[in-house]
Amino acid sequence: MKTLSRIYTGLILLFLFAPIVILIVFSFNGENSTAVMTGFSFRWYKELFDNAKILEAVRNTLLLAVSSALIATVMGTAAAVGIYRLRSRYLRAALDTVTNIPMINPDIITGISLMLMFVFAGRLFGLNNSLNFGTILIAHVTFCLPYVILQVLPKLQQMDKALPEAAMDLGCTPLRAFFKVEIPELFPGILTGMIMAFTMSLDDFVISYFTSGPGFQTLPVLIYSMTKKAVKPTIYSLATIIFFVILALLTVTNLIDSDTDKAVKEARKKKKAKKQAAA
Amino acid sequence: MKKLLSVLLCAALLLSAAAMLSACGGSTLTLNVYNWGEYISDGSEGSLDTIKAFEAWYQENYGQKVKVNYTTFASNEDMYNKLSSGAVSYDVVIPSDYMIAKMIEEGMLLPLNFDNIPNYANIDENFRGLNYDPENKFTVPYSYGVVGIIYNANVVDEADAVGWDLLWNEKYTGQILQFNNPRDAFGTAQYKLGLDVNSTDKAEWDKAYEELKKQEPLVQKYVMDEIYNMMEIGEAAIGVYYAGDYFTMLDAQAEDVDLRFYQPERTNYFVDAMCIPSCCKNQELAEIFINFMLSEEPAIANAEYIYYASPNSVVYNSPEYQEEMGEDVMEILYMDVDNFKTLYNQYGFLNQSNDMLSYISELWHKVRN
Repeated sequence: MKTLSRIYTGLILLFLFAPIVILIVFSFNGENSTAVMTGFSFRWYKELFDNAKILEAVRNTLLLAVSSALIATVMGTAAAVGIYRLRSRYLRAALDTVTNIPMINPDIITGISLMLMFVFAGRLFGLNNSLNFGTILIAHVTFCLPYVILQVLPKLQQMDKALPEAAMDLGCTPLRAFFKVEIPELFPGILTGMIMAFTMSLDDFVISYFTSGPGFQTLPVLIYSMTKKAVKPTIYSLATIIFFVILALLTVTNLIDSDTDKAVKEARKKKKAKKQAAA
Repeated sequence: MKKLLSVLLCAALLLSAAAMLSACGGSTLTLNVYNWGEYISDGSEGSLDTIKAFEAWYQENYGQKVKVNYTTFASNEDMYNKLSSGAVSYDVVIPSDYMIAKMIEEGMLLPLNFDNIPNYANIDENFRGLNYDPENKFTVPYSYGVVGIIYNANVVDEADAVGWDLLWNEKYTGQILQFNNPRDAFGTAQYKLGLDVNSTDKAEWDKAYEELKKQEPLVQKYVMDEIYNMMEIGEAAIGVYYAGDYFTMLDAQAEDVDLRFYQPERTNYFVDAMCIPSCCKNQELAEIFINFMLSEEPAIANAEYIYYASPNSVVYNSPEYQEEMGEDVMEILYMDVDNFKTLYNQYGFLNQSNDMLSYISELWHKVRN
């Protein structure tokens, strides 16, 4: 039974990672081919860093991912706090559902509807070139928001309500209590939300495809446009680099998560011990 | 943690500030260019980055900075949808022939002022006044090509490699790759049967449909760019694609694969041409850009990079270019350079009415199912 389950796990892992491993291997191929291996070489990495267009697309994608993640994090945290404090249960449930729409909605619908809105708004203000960095940023913030809210809300629910109250009892203004007590308490959630937003934005093709304009092309859109002619191995080397960056980010988030889990458990243990001592 | 956050925040602020600054820096002109992906020399492997070269050349000659926003599309339809959404403003676009005809019909292109494009003289008579722009008012050809048959000589008998029949040869069942787009796929059947690819007679299209249906059991897969890999590693033995792309496959073929190319008697020719869409903001600058791309150095660099044939006589007559490409390549790419106009106007694709297009795509669905 045990060997069987091990084989099963191995197979799953193989299916998950075989494509990536192949991509990484071919990124070090000396030849522009998936048929012939001519030995280990950094040729495509060198060419990648010589290619101004790919690098510009990478820069655009990163700029977009960082700014949309930051904006979404600030807005999403504020929204989560707002939703959490709503008195009416129905209103809270309704808002919860509404914020999830951009996440559940197929990307293609979000993309087309956002494009239509930008065109419409552009016409309204008499612009005939309405798609630019601003529009694609708005689009990305829109679909990143739910991920942040989804990460922050549970942390709010986990938080001991007495904490901010205690802070205010001790003379904090509500605002100060929020920044000094609540935010540090929510921080793991906020950070995970931000990293998720960052990766979602980095990953997105469909929505960027519909909402990008002449001055701003992201990497996925650029790679897609290469498919008429064969995609070059420079893209494999880029994908390899991105894969390891994302891997590093994920490791960091998981470490943070397990750290906070540990901290929470320890705090609970201490509480229990104190209660027992008091009894 | 807090430190990390603040560092991140600062970095983001700086980045976005830098982006804002670069976006609106002084009196820099901007030129928005929309082209096929991988369709311009980009400076890789020591080639000339023609976009950068234009920016430098313009500043030198006109004393003003120009920033070229260069973005790319994957198909004519992608480009058409983006332009007709009305949300973008491009100054130069480089679509293919049938799409150009459609855009002219719909008033989406501006007539060019050829006084600003003196290098148009480099374009041979054979590439002027082609079907898609008969009066030659809207377009400057950029690149052209021909569809041919690629086969693996280690599998395919040399004697079978004639005409379109090879794609219907039952000996090679499960080894054949066909185009995965209706116009090109129907084209192969129409050329085979000697039908007009621009026919508006539905009965003729039905005949081509029957032919494709007959071929369907022999076809391994309907492909577009997957063809590169499948031919290179010998997964399929017969494919139909563009002449220039054959050389890309040839460079990358596996050891036990021996790819060859031939051009059937009747076949498809395509032209991609530079045009100025009606949403253009600075027509003169766009025309100067087009003119620059026709001049010797950038035109040769682009042709060498794209590996399709160039309609620019300065390019294909240049000894330097001929040497770089090699005799075999020159022969295949420029086989029809002397009577291109006749061949193109007879066999090239014209735009079809919407009614015909939907009929064709209906037939295509029936082929695929």
